[in-house]
Amino acid sequence: MLKSMTLSLQKKAWLSVGSSAAVILLLSAPLFLSDFNLNLLAKFLAFAIVAIGLDLIWGYTGILSLGHGVFFGLGAYCMAMYLKLESTGGKLPDFMNWSGLSQLPAFWKPFQYAAFAIPAGIIVPMVVALILGYFTFRNRIRGVYFTILTQALVIITTTLFIGQQKFTGGTNGVTGFKTLFGFALKEPSTKVVLYLVTVAALVGVYLVCRYLVRSRTGKVLAAVRDAENRARFIGYDPVKYQLFVFSLSAGIAGLAGMLFVLHVGIISPTSMGIVPSIEIVLWVALGGRGTLIGAIIGAIAVNAAKSGLSSAFPDMWLFFMGALFVVVVVFMPKGIVGSLPQIIAWVRYKLRRTNVTTTQNLIEEAKS
Amino acid sequence: MKKSLGSSMMLMIVVLSMVIAGCSSNKESGSSSSPSEGSTEDTIKVGILHSLSGTMAISEVSVKDSELLAIEEINAAGGVLGKKIVPVVEDGASDWPTFAEKAKKLLQQDKVATVFGGWTSSSRKAMLPVFEELNGLLWYPVQYEGLESSPNIFYTGATTNQQIVPSVTWLLENRGKKFFLLGSDYVFPQTANKIIKAQLAAEGGELVGEEYTPLGYTDYSTVISKIKAAKPDVVYNTLNGDSNVAFFKQLKDAGITTSDLTTLSVSVAEEEIRGIGTDVLVGHLAAWNYYQTTDTPANKKFVEAYKAKYGADRVTADPIEAGYIAVYLWAAAVEKAGSTDVDKVREAAKGIEFDAPEGKVTIDGETQHIYKKVLIGEVQADGMFKELYSTPEPVKPDPYLKGYAWAKGLSNG
Repeated sequence: MLKSMTLSLQKKAWLSVGSSAAVILLLSAPLFLSDFNLNLLAKFLAFAIVAIGLDLIWGYTGILSLGHGVFFGLGAYCMAMYLKLESTGGKLPDFMNWSGLSQLPAFWKPFQYAAFAIPAGIIVPMVVALILGYFTFRNRIRGVYFTILTQALVIITTTLFIGQQKFTGGTNGVTGFKTLFGFALKEPSTKVVLYLVTVAALVGVYLVCRYLVRSRTGKVLAAVRDAENRARFIGYDPVKYQLFVFSLSAGIAGLAGMLFVLHVGIISPTSMGIVPSIEIVLWVALGGRGTLIGAIIGAIAVNAAKSGLSSAFPDMWLFFMGALFVVVVVFMPKGIVGSLPQIIAWVRYKLRRTNVTTTQNLIEEAKS
Repeated sequence: MKKSLGSSMMLMIVVLSMVIAGCSSNKESGSSSSPSEGSTEDTIKVGILHSLSGTMAISEVSVKDSELLAIEEINAAGGVLGKKIVPVVEDGASDWPTFAEKAKKLLQQDKVATVFGGWTSSSRKAMLPVFEELNGLLWYPVQYEGLESSPNIFYTGATTNQQIVPSVTWLLENRGKKFFLLGSDYVFPQTANKIIKAQLAAEGGELVGEEYTPLGYTDYSTVISKIKAAKPDVVYNTLNGDSNVAFFKQLKDAGITTSDLTTLSVSVAEEEIRGIGTDVLVGHLAAWNYYQTTDTPANKKFVEAYKAKYGADRVTADPIEAGYIAVYLWAAAVEKAGSTDVDKVREAAKGIEFDAPEGKVTIDGETQHIYKKVLIGEVQADGMFKELYSTPEPVKPDPYLKGYAWAKGLSNG
């Protein structure tokens, strides 16, 4: 008992040292990374935010959404609309010209105000999630059926965005931004500020989610995940909890989308389609489902590998990425972070084996 | 137990080292950023950014090949400014934000002197802000919808008045007045058709139908019945990619032949004919600025070199040639400027002439497009084109169609 308490204290100390080191490292990155790498890291961090959001519902609530690309995209489009209108100075965006519009559509007008566009980037995905969630969770549609519905949402949304070229920019998407609140986006100082905002958002989202999953609500969420009916019989309404966490997760994805646009400078339907939606799940699976840190690590590691490998082997990189996914899923089904205890146990086991002679001890150590 | 732990640990190490290798290769090239534009004493780095994976790879890989061929030839002849050109190849992965990211990487990290790349208008639109922001130089090798001229892009493919507009005039004069417009649902076909409609109205044509299908669409039975009902003289086809296969096969199956109506395509070249099948395309028309059969000494040399390097079964086509000449035009501009500095190269590029496979081309300094001859060709049984018509002289590029009274109001909606 005492041993385990000191162990957990030790663990806590390590965790706090580790996480503050990580935050300090992230905050000081602008000092030693080149402009390009900083921008790339900022994009990865935006992806990490959406990964946390997905982990919240998949890892902790057991709802697999293959539709998070849409929530990410909706947030991104809200930001993009604001940036586009700021760069045209209230005039008609170029793609509307090509597509034959002569007047700004009514639903674009409020997006010239940041005070509308930025909250919209979070609220719009939340509302969409609420509507979808209300009709599915209330009717007790779950498991793979829910997942299929989220895929349908992706197809509907991307088809709509591609088809309505005059309102959305079609396949091209929305690009060609110049300023944010009057600051030129190309200035390195603006980029550093945006990067720091992203770090702050990531830390904020992480802390909120960590608080949530450790709270009473988090326990109920886990109960809903593991035995929905039992939770219902005890008196909890799973629908409310599922709705809450699904729309929160969508809002987090929207926030990530807004940051993505600021760093990458373009949003197009390809970034919200089926492939990106599945990719988000892969990041979480690789990093470690059900561990918030795992989601962050997965998103950063996979995207770093993608950027690095595609530059190093432009013709072959997809094979390496595929191999990486297969290897991790087959040999580390719990993901990188989820497999850490096993790995640590294995390392200890190897280290002890050189010192300890009796097989009895070996087995004990391996078990611990 | 022991075994599975052991193997998972080993794999963990493999995976981690892969990730780290990826990251460190990033950092290495970042730290090696010398102030001299990424070019050392005797080399000049250039970027090549096409989709090598994804839906566009089938078209773009050949353009990358021809650009590498041009670089190899120039290096064999002594390079540029006495330096060897070193290509840095990146994959745009048919994903527009990836094009933007890789463009940034080439300019900021590799410090390339210029980039050759892009195919879809979407990829160009995604890269444009990056090149303007970082004052880079992009050579874009594909015909497109016009209405653009960025100081940071040179366009070596045709703009509308070098492909679409003259082909519509030719069709009106030779094949009939009733037009049916068929295109994929995105920027290029829609903009092209907007222009064609204005032109038809001005030049006495008649629009009998207009249909758009999503990219990758393959069921054309409804569209074909609409074509049958409308009885057009001409189907003007701006479909892209796989849809062409389905459309032409189903058109043939419906019993419609080239004696019933004329089709003219603007996105079907030698490369696509190989994919669609020669038998269904024989007799159909296309408008381009270059065919593999174009009869110039430079083309003979180009086709031979391309086949020698990449295989006798490979064909050359308009965008492949446009990518090839882009490299030569850039090299000539650098020689003239005596530097790879973007502003100096842009200045020097004005008026540069080159004996391209398609014939003599000249860079128009004002629009940064090039003068090109317009060719209308008919597909032959061997998958090559027979030239039916050629403009006598290369046509001056006019991306905003300023020289056409009927085009007023198109560019500023």
